[in-house]
Amino acid sequence: MLKFPIYLDNNATTPMDPRVLEAMLPYFTNHFGNAASRNHPFGWAAEEAVDYAREQIAALINCNPKELIFTSGATESDNLAIKGVFEMYASKGNHIITATTEHKAVLDTCKHIEKLGGQVTYLQVDAEGLINLEELEAAITDKTILISIMYGNNEVGVIQPIREIGRIAKKHGVLFFSDATQAVGKIPVDVEADGIDIMAFSGHKMYGPKGVGALYVRRKNPRVKVTAQMDGGGHERGMRSGTLNVPGIVGLGKAAEICRTDMASDTARIIAMRDRLERELLQMEESYLNGNKESRLPHVSNISFKYVEGEGLMMGVKDIAVSSGSACTSASLEPSYVLKAMGMSDDLAHSSLRFGLSRFTTDEEVDYAISHVKEAVTKLRELSPLWEMFKEGIDLDSVEWAEH
Amino acid sequence: MAYSDKVIDHYSNPRNVGTLDKSKSNVGTGLVGAPECGDVMRLQIEVDENQVITDAKFKTFGCGSAIASSSLATEWLKGKTVDEALAIDNMEIVEELALPPVKIHCSVLAEDAIKSAINDYRVKNGLEPLVEAKSHH
Repeated sequence: MLKFPIYLDNNATTPMDPRVLEAMLPYFTNHFGNAASRNHPFGWAAEEAVDYAREQIAALINCNPKELIFTSGATESDNLAIKGVFEMYASKGNHIITATTEHKAVLDTCKHIEKLGGQVTYLQVDAEGLINLEELEAAITDKTILISIMYGNNEVGVIQPIREIGRIAKKHGVLFFSDATQAVGKIPVDVEADGIDIMAFSGHKMYGPKGVGALYVRRKNPRVKVTAQMDGGGHERGMRSGTLNVPGIVGLGKAAEICRTDMASDTARIIAMRDRLERELLQMEESYLNGNKESRLPHVSNISFKYVEGEGLMMGVKDIAVSSGSACTSASLEPSYVLKAMGMSDDLAHSSLRFGLSRFTTDEEVDYAISHVKEAVTKLRELSPLWEMFKEGIDLDSVEWAEH
Repeated sequence: MAYSDKVIDHYSNPRNVGTLDKSKSNVGTGLVGAPECGDVMRLQIEVDENQVITDAKFKTFGCGSAIASSSLATEWLKGKTVDEALAIDNMEIVEELALPPVKIHCSVLAEDAIKSAINDYRVKNGLEPLVEAKSHH
């Protein structure tokens, strides 16, 4: 039995796995202790749970449990990484390299760094969303302290050449930070093999709770430190003060453990569904897959249906929760900056839908999505003056539009 | 953001979708908006010898509110004289469809489409274009 609405927006957030909730519950009530209380059993129980979660997470990303700093989520982790490096390594330099398709938590933090006198290089991406490694290497100067490149993109799912970036960073003695929020738990992420020095991720994108995330900070080769952005009790090796969110951390740990044990089977199933969804939808005339087809996350598909506007399309499939690169409701009316950075024209960007699958997505849900999206696209094209003009052979680029 | 019932109704059952023969002298065509802005409306009117709009058709590329605004506009146009049609103000569309502030531009576009169609009709029939389109964003 299908339950409506169908959730296909798993890049925004994932539902929490019931196994995660079960693991968390005792830490709200029975084991409510403060993990920093070193002198009684309540604190010990909390600390033990946090330490266990560290091990569960460390096993997922192949790091030492001591290299994890718990935060409130990926946005905080991004801020702590970039601002923390900028402050800690000020004597070494002030230059950061990032890319135009990064998450706003990285881009806006970089803008902040520029206001503080830092220099930031924003690498362009190609039409498939990938950065150019030669451009990256050429951008490095003797003032460069950090390369900040995301693992997998949240809108199109493109996976950057992480290992090559790690090697380039190492070669030049520059730290490599990666926002891996969309990748951790979905694909094998290995900070050692990947050469990542600092890495941000979040609980709620991997079937864990909201309000908890982590920052991996390398302790050896090199030993990395970030300046704390909140002052207080000196928790988390002095890099992030604040009483630990014990139930959240327990949830993040459990979520990581399940992702590690179930990744192979989940991924195989999700890819099969994603491929079927794409195959069917791309059969429609004038529909395009956005982003690199090979190097990408298994659970996201971003498709433009030309001559149909994304928000209007979402209204036509209102029992399916997806997101669009169109931004008709935003004050700016600007379509997705990620798609635009990939060189996509505004009209195609306005016509995009993002489908995000999860371990809880079913074949029936995908079937439903396929048939209803097709139906809505067909209906809206009948309503679309652009479709009619296209069908009449009019080159839309030659039309002088009354810009508004 | 939830859509009003009237927007949903026009979106689900759009009135007067279609195309009139733009080569006819008594048909006025307005094409406003731009694909890169995410909305394009084409609105057409057919006018009889008494200056009464006997038919109106639209096609719109855009969000639900843009589709509803143009659908509503065609309903209102039919049976009105050209002068009466000129008096349609975008705020009447906003009120009728209960559009939220971020969607007011959809109603402005519909008003522009009406005026643009009327101008096209006037120019075709040897008359001066009467009105400037409302300028916006």
